[in-house]
Amino acid sequence: MTSIRFRLNGVETDVDGDPDSSLLSILRGRLGMTGPHFGCGSGECGACKVIVGDHAVTACDTPLWSVKDKNVTTLEGLGSAEKPHPLQRALIAEQALQCGYCVSGILMSAAALLMQNPAPSAAQVKAALDRNLCRCGSHNRMVRAVLRAATEMAAP
Amino acid sequence: MSKAPSSTVSLPASLAANPRLSSWIRFDSEGQVVVSPGKVEIGQGIVTALAQIAADELDIELGRVRMVRASTAGSPNEGVTSGSLSVQQSGRAIRYACAEIRQIFLAAASDQLGVAIDALEIKDGTIAGPGNISTSYWELADKIALDRDATPGAVPKQAAQRGLAGNSVQRLDIPDKVFARPRFIHDQAMPGMLHGRVLRSELCAAKLTGMAEDAARAVAGLVAIVRDGNFAGVVSETEDGAEAALKALRKGATWAAGEALPDENGLTEWLKAQPTETSVIDQRTAAAPAPTQRTVRRNYTRPYLAHASIAPSCAIAQWSCDRVRVWTHSQGVYFLRSDLSIVLQLPLEHITVEHMEGAGCYGHNAADDVALDAVLLAKAAGGRPVRVQWSREDEMSHAPFGAAMAIEIEADLDAQSEIVGWRHSIWGNGHTARPGRAAQPALLAATELAKPFPRYIATNPPQANGGGADRNSVPLYDFPSWRIESHRLLTMPIRTSALRTLGAQGNVFAIECFLDELAAERDEDPVAFRLRHLTDSRAQDVIRAAARRANWKPEKRAGIGYGIGFARYKNSGAYCAVVAEVEGAEDISVRRLTIAVDVGEAINPDGVINQIEGGAIQATSWVLKERVRFDRARITSNSWTEYPILRFSEVPEVDVELIRRPDSDPLGAGEAAHGPVTAAIANAVFDALEIRIRNLPITRDSLIAAMELSS
Repeated sequence: MTSIRFRLNGVETDVDGDPDSSLLSILRGRLGMTGPHFGCGSGECGACKVIVGDHAVTACDTPLWSVKDKNVTTLEGLGSAEKPHPLQRALIAEQALQCGYCVSGILMSAAALLMQNPAPSAAQVKAALDRNLCRCGSHNRMVRAVLRAATEMAAP
Repeated sequence: MSKAPSSTVSLPASLAANPRLSSWIRFDSEGQVVVSPGKVEIGQGIVTALAQIAADELDIELGRVRMVRASTAGSPNEGVTSGSLSVQQSGRAIRYACAEIRQIFLAAASDQLGVAIDALEIKDGTIAGPGNISTSYWELADKIALDRDATPGAVPKQAAQRGLAGNSVQRLDIPDKVFARPRFIHDQAMPGMLHGRVLRSELCAAKLTGMAEDAARAVAGLVAIVRDGNFAGVVSETEDGAEAALKALRKGATWAAGEALPDENGLTEWLKAQPTETSVIDQRTAAAPAPTQRTVRRNYTRPYLAHASIAPSCAIAQWSCDRVRVWTHSQGVYFLRSDLSIVLQLPLEHITVEHMEGAGCYGHNAADDVALDAVLLAKAAGGRPVRVQWSREDEMSHAPFGAAMAIEIEADLDAQSEIVGWRHSIWGNGHTARPGRAAQPALLAATELAKPFPRYIATNPPQANGGGADRNSVPLYDFPSWRIESHRLLTMPIRTSALRTLGAQGNVFAIECFLDELAAERDEDPVAFRLRHLTDSRAQDVIRAAARRANWKPEKRAGIGYGIGFARYKNSGAYCAVVAEVEGAEDISVRRLTIAVDVGEAINPDGVINQIEGGAIQATSWVLKERVRFDRARITSNSWTEYPILRFSEVPEVDVELIRRPDSDPLGAGEAAHGPVTAAIANAVFDALEIRIRNLPITRDSLIAAMELSS
């Protein structure tokens, strides 16, 4: 057991645990987060994506030790109903989901994209979301939502 | 609004089966209207559509509606949420129940206020008359017992009077999902909740021949190891602990393979060689048979398909003495309860099954299976709730699949190559093995117990319910004679049950591709060919609309192809026509799907479009990517690498035109697009590459195989 410290959604967080534990199991288990979702456990579907630093990663195959001293953002930290992130607003405006299970991961991938590229093209959005799976077929609405959020964020 | 004079008017079927008004609608003390449908949210937005219907009939704001999840503790029993029937069944019941309740309250308000009903107006639940006198649903609720049965004759509003139904409103469930508020069963925390995992071999129907428990017992947090025949699992204080204990248990387990699986490369031959039950689905005989010049025969196949929801199935169960409470994302809480009652040998009243949302549900997946798993593991939990979640691998290999199909069509052609006879034969497993329908359970663990139940061999629903393997096999086209038959397999080494559209995707693919071929042989435009063989004007309308919207037929460009597909889902549901634009080189990419759809009354038009878009994209994924893979003992496509689905960069543009028919009965939208999209893509591939693909999926390999066959 080792104590590992990181900032979770802006809050200093200490976790005593096996450093090889998956970040997802720590977030969902010990820390009670329900934003990141388990989908496959092998980094293939993207439902568990969180932002570490300024990159979206699959939390299910990210070991706890690797986030030591880093900023970790989950959907809980992206925004709230009271203070929504433009992506969350845009997703609602476009009604860009059906079941919504993959949405948490999609939002984190999209948020990381907009941090790096505030004005992406549709093709760049698709490329950024290509490792997130959606089974209900809401892809086109999600791409529109990301573009809408980018436009809104660029507005003075 | 008034009662119809005739007493012969009957109640909507769902309301007749569950007539107690209070089981559908209650007015609570918080100024809300509690609506309790028997249908469940499975990612299709039904909860919002039903709320719109209730709010409209009662004249309240949508924000006052509180939707209750289905539970055997009191919800109306509406069977299973499937078949694109929820708006027809639940929506209709709620509409008529609310119309009657509105009338009951108006009558009571009239008495109390001393004003004629005609002088009263309801606005957001406040019932007001002339001169500032008013009351409300909530003020009157104490005096009005809704514990009474619905009576026939209530008259719901006309389309023009509705303020919400027919308009695109935002879905009620989306904010929770976007703001990380727990809504999925996977995210529910309950006091004292334990975590369970089930040990399943990657072998199909395997027998557990040995299990060493020591290593698992040493894992921190272990509460119990459960074993009953071939069923085994662990219960732990934590999810990590359950995973670790399962891993340890797996290492010490030995298995013997179950029933051998077919050779995946000889699937068609295997399907046709099995013992079957043959049904003649439909026959039409020409009054004056035209002479046949020649007969053309074509064979089509589709593979087994996986549900492949993004979330693995999950359930929570809690025992209290000899009673058990189950939380599930099953499509049918009452049906699941029936099966649990058989397996547990408990009276129905001892089992409560409540719905909670899961990830997108496209048919009978493992939701019911994991519920029994949780119930069995929770027996060892000393009254604490146990949450069980399947692994991705188990989800992709042990959940039921959509059945593989082999379809043979023969067309008799006259001297002008007009169709004078048509024969359509289907071989495959049944398309439903849902729980709650038979004297034996359909739950996976039931077949694994020390005293096992036999595996339920999938059957097909009757034609009256849209059929199964034969769904959409009877042509809507006016051929003078036909014979449609279905050969249902009596063996089932690969477990099948209901997947979106049942057999319709395969049958529409076969019919629409064959028609395309026959039209091409005559050098006739495939749109004109279809229109000329259809008499239903709504069918013609969607075909014309899709063709017009896609500028049919765009000029020929190298490597680009266009194709059309059409069906009326179940021959009684939504009409849908699709024009696909594909680009073909080594691989096929679908660039654009232009769709026209007629679902009758659309309660939430944007919700309908969302469903059609989603269905179209899922169908594209089926067509370009999906095929369950297996060797002789196990399903091998048990990961996203082995069972890839369409990715963002591969998704076509989808353009949907919704034909508005507010005065027609609603027809459902969830399954309308799959068949037409499948056929449109295959026909577009021919247009681009002059290769007829008759075996799904359409991959680089299948293109090469088809080229070799035709050369």
